[in-house]
Amino acid sequence: MSKKVTFDAQGVYYRQLNEQIRAAIAAGATEVILKNVNSQRYIAGAVDGPIKFEINGVPGQDLCSFMRGPTVRVKANAQDGVGNTMDDGLIIIEGLAGDVVGYAMRGGRIFIKGDVGYRVGIHMKAYMEKLPTIVIGGKAGDFLGEYMAGGILLLLGMFSDKPNEPIAGRSLGTGMHGGVIYVRGGVPKEQVGPGLTTQPVDEADLEIITALVKDYAKELKLDAKAIMAEPFVKIRPFSHRPYGNLYVPA
Amino acid sequence: MKAPERYYDFQKDISGCGVFGVIDTKKKLINGEMPIKAMACMHDRGNGLGGGFAAYGIYPDLADKYAFHLMCDTQDALENAEQVIKHYFTVHESHPIPTRKVLSIKNAPLVWRFFLTPKKERPAEVRELGEQDYVVHAVMHINHKIPGAFVFSSGKNMGAFKGVGFPEDIADFFRLEEYSAYIWTGHNRFPTNTPGWWGGAHPFTLLDWSIVHNGEISSYGINRRYLCEHDYLCTLMTDTEVVAYELDLLIRKHGLSKEMACKVFAPPFWDEIARMPKQERDVYTALRMVYGSALLNGPFAILVADSTGLFGLNDRIKLRPLVVAEKDNMVFMSSEESSIREVQAELDRVWMPKAGEPVIVHLEA
Repeated sequence: MSKKVTFDAQGVYYRQLNEQIRAAIAAGATEVILKNVNSQRYIAGAVDGPIKFEINGVPGQDLCSFMRGPTVRVKANAQDGVGNTMDDGLIIIEGLAGDVVGYAMRGGRIFIKGDVGYRVGIHMKAYMEKLPTIVIGGKAGDFLGEYMAGGILLLLGMFSDKPNEPIAGRSLGTGMHGGVIYVRGGVPKEQVGPGLTTQPVDEADLEIITALVKDYAKELKLDAKAIMAEPFVKIRPFSHRPYGNLYVPA
Repeated sequence: MKAPERYYDFQKDISGCGVFGVIDTKKKLINGEMPIKAMACMHDRGNGLGGGFAAYGIYPDLADKYAFHLMCDTQDALENAEQVIKHYFTVHESHPIPTRKVLSIKNAPLVWRFFLTPKKERPAEVRELGEQDYVVHAVMHINHKIPGAFVFSSGKNMGAFKGVGFPEDIADFFRLEEYSAYIWTGHNRFPTNTPGWWGGAHPFTLLDWSIVHNGEISSYGINRRYLCEHDYLCTLMTDTEVVAYELDLLIRKHGLSKEMACKVFAPPFWDEIARMPKQERDVYTALRMVYGSALLNGPFAILVADSTGLFGLNDRIKLRPLVVAEKDNMVFMSSEESSIREVQAELDRVWMPKAGEPVIVHLEA
């Protein structure tokens, strides 16, 4: 049985707001509507379970950090650190997002409609059934997928405020040693990190991209066909666990 | 002083400095309430060890006078500074900067304001200097040689207000809601490497220049020595001070544009320079060679204002956040979008500028 609660966050300090949310969830709430959010940090942070959030207004830093399970829809832009170390769930940002989205993310999905800042997907990792995934509708700043160890980054470059910028900033995928970065269209060679190259996608990749785009387009009311109308390229690491033998040689 | 017991158990907010700026390009005046509210929204980015504001257009009736703001440890220090001021300037007005008692603002220095013009009969040793160099010389003299006295603002029709405290408390102390300006910048400090003292709060200023900064200038030592060769003396024990003086050196004295100065602070990488067309490549190579010692290394998001406008700049790998937004004739720059939305809910455009690419806004003539 679903139980909806609504909070007016106008002028409420983030600690009180998050305490109220946690108390409501402990009392059985399954859907949390937040109105007039502005600047409150750590919303949905460490919340465990299939709770639905709707956020109206610009949430503060580290939205959904350490989150495990909720579906969070932000009907505005988001700031830095969205999905920091999140474990499971879905975040939908209807606007743009700031720096370090999905920092050290270990599972779940983040769908962003617009542009994102720098170091998005830095240090993402995957393990067994955990496959963190970020879809970016706009363009990305430098260091996208830096040190990436697992998961999927899909960069579309379509819903951007920056017509003259390259689709991804410099040092794309620098130091990655796991996971895959898919890019719609292509990426200028000089933007790609040292030692990495773009390759055409194969059938298996396209299957993954198609399914992902279908979900993404549905959540953000976009045309999946139009998104799929261009070819995609992929960037994969050229090494696997390069430091695996550093301390405990196999 | 001893660290408190079990300090590692204390709840701690993760912080970094916060910056905010707003400009009305048509010079419509903005009341101090706006930047104060915007800074208060980012309260948790600081830790109460520094707050400050710069405001442009606040002294319209004395717009042709240099407005010196002084902070002094003692009455003696103020009197000694006043002696120096009278040596260089004709004093048109002299009074305490209006303040009110604020519970959280402790151990405030004496804050005093002078409105000045250079003396007709200048002292022989500095007679040859241009007017602005003359003013800079006087500021350096007081800050360097008068113990316990610091000039923290020396421009025309502008002023800096700063101290130890959260920005909203510093604003309350200086009664900033009583001022209106067409450019405001604000700063919330979280000192890391240098002391949280009154002189070390932001903004840092010289003549009409003011700067607020989130980050750390790792090249401080090199920049400081470089400035020293050009008669700028760093006395405020905080890295950001070098940026204020470099702005004056590069833009006012060497005639670089704001764009060029930004490319000195945050130059393109060598591999990017190598891919440029020849003419551009030559310019950027020359800039890096001539001004290598002025390069700002380390993370920064800075907001710089002067009598002609406001600009924002990130370090070239964007290690600190910066958001820009527009609404009609107003342009906002901030560490966080929410601080802008706090004072202007509806915005025409919001974006995050590219690393190393300045966003420069000019006042309309």
